[in-house]
Amino acid sequence: MTPYVTITVNGVPHPVAADITLAAALLNIGVTAFRRDLDGLARGPVCGMGTCFECRVVVDGIANVRACLAPVRDGMSIESSA
Amino acid sequence: MVDVLVVGAGPAGLSAAIAVAERGKRVLVLDQGLRPGGQIWRHRQLASLPPHARAMIERALALGVVIANDARVVDAISPNELVIAFRGRIDRQPTRALILATGARERLLPFPGWTLPGVVGVGGLQALIKSGVSLAGARVVICGTGPLLFPVAATAVAAGADLLLVAEQASRGAVLGFGTSLLAKPEALLQAAKYRAVFRKAPFHTGSWITAAEGFGHVQRAVVNVRGKSVTFDCDWVATSAGLVPSTELAQILGCTTVDGAVDVDDMQGTSVGGVWAIGECTGVKGDLAAITEGEIAGRAAVGDVDGARAGSLQRRRNRGRMFGRRLARAFAAREELLQLATDDTIICRCEDVRRRDVDPTWTQRQAKLWTRVGMGECQGAVCGTACTAMFGWAANVARPPLGAPTVGEWGEELRNTAP
Ligand SMILES: Cc1cc2nc3c(=O)[nH]c(=O)nc-3n(C[C@H](O)[C@H](O)[C@H](O)COP(=O)(O)OP(=O)(O)OC[C@H]3O[C@@H](n4cnc5c(N)ncnc54)[C@H](O)[C@@H]3O)c2cc1C
Ligand code: FES
Repeated sequence: MTPYVTITVNGVPHPVAADITLAAALLNIGVTAFRRDLDGLARGPVCGMGTCFECRVVVDGIANVRACLAPVRDGMSIESSA
Repeated sequence: MVDVLVVGAGPAGLSAAIAVAERGKRVLVLDQGLRPGGQIWRHRQLASLPPHARAMIERALALGVVIANDARVVDAISPNELVIAFRGRIDRQPTRALILATGARERLLPFPGWTLPGVVGVGGLQALIKSGVSLAGARVVICGTGPLLFPVAATAVAAGADLLLVAEQASRGAVLGFGTSLLAKPEALLQAAKYRAVFRKAPFHTGSWITAAEGFGHVQRAVVNVRGKSVTFDCDWVATSAGLVPSTELAQILGCTTVDGAVDVDDMQGTSVGGVWAIGECTGVKGDLAAITEGEIAGRAAVGDVDGARAGSLQRRRNRGRMFGRRLARAFAAREELLQLATDDTIICRCEDVRRRDVDPTWTQRQAKLWTRVGMGECQGAVCGTACTAMFGWAANVARPPLGAPTVGEWGEELRNTAP
């Protein structure tokens, strides 16, 4: 059995596998807009390895966290763009 | 103080660390990833890795190598002192010798629709799947170049994807020529055949490349030039890139000379800066086997085992790796058409939303930065700088600290640490 943790995404709690990255968790939950560009258009992960900065979200109030480098942790609270 | 500090826990860095530890010296390996293994051996569970990869990680740990993951090098004060962001704090790490094994990243070229969510790199898709993304039932189109296409296509199918197409931009002739050169390396051909068997249901076309991605809020269609004919695929993911480029930012900050975008090294893997060695893909893209050999040479050299590093068999193996790298670069060079896909309206700089029409190719990279902020965003030109070098021939972006934009909390920590 895969162990699970609970993360809160834009106020809604979700159980996610404990050994995945935050980017994987958000994509599996169905989040497509990790951030928005100047025109308000959605952006999401591209490189999966920390170079493109397109996967930035707010984690526990800290901005600019790259979701592809962040492990999920129980109780983590994430704000994305949508 | 450690004897040797290694940046990067991929095949290159692990191999170097083992060579150092085998000679009784203290070695610390730093990596910003969550687990050791670098790009090729990215994993969630050690047991899922191929035996030789697992053996290497286990050997390093058994020898007492300290591997710090989730540790980003953000600056270098000197070859003997690096600044590191580790679990939300900033720290300094002194060392006697430094080995750079920072790997490579993808060359992402702009085309209409490339900023849509769901459009990812080829290695990017691989990394996301290995980080836990589920592709069950998702329709996937892969358009890229080089040997990386095969393992990624196989991983996508194994992850449940409905793989619609694998497109190789290089010509059939180039791919056949490269394949023939591999006849001397039958194990590589066998591996490729194994991957192909896994994604056998998907068509594989050479001389084919993506021209546009379309969709609202997420990619819904990929338009692909399939051997000269424009074909549209309804899909959920598009994985595309134009090969790999060495990651040389840290080497640049240290003042190491680069040639053609790769860290320049001598026969001992030494850089132009004393006390700094460089190995693996940051010295040129040539795969995991070459990375391991280079690690062995640098690990020996960095602790003063010069004879060991000069060993003929190691040196010959490394030179064959370099030749393989040159063959790769020739066979899978990005074709001219890929450099001209962006239309006036296409965003070039993803961080600052600079469009193709906003920049004039006759400018220098510096002028473009001053006038449009291209390359001034969070990624520090890692994406657009590489693209503009390929498209306009602009000089490569010059890396500046801090690397990888530390978060506010981390800088607060650094200020506290250095306050009198
Ligand atoms: C996204 C991606 C996926 C790939 N997938 C495959 C694959 O599936 N199969 C395959 O054969 N090849 C793959 N490759 C090719 C791969 O680069 C090589 O096969 C091999 O991994 C190179 O080994 P290396 O040790 O030189 O570099 P890497 O394995 O890339 O290791 C470099 C390490 O350095 C770390 N690093 C870099 N900068 C810093 C810093 N400032 N601070 C801390 N750590 C840092 C990185 O986190 C990384 O783990 C992939 C490449 C990329 C870019
Ligand atoms: S996906 Fe590129 S930095 Fe996270």
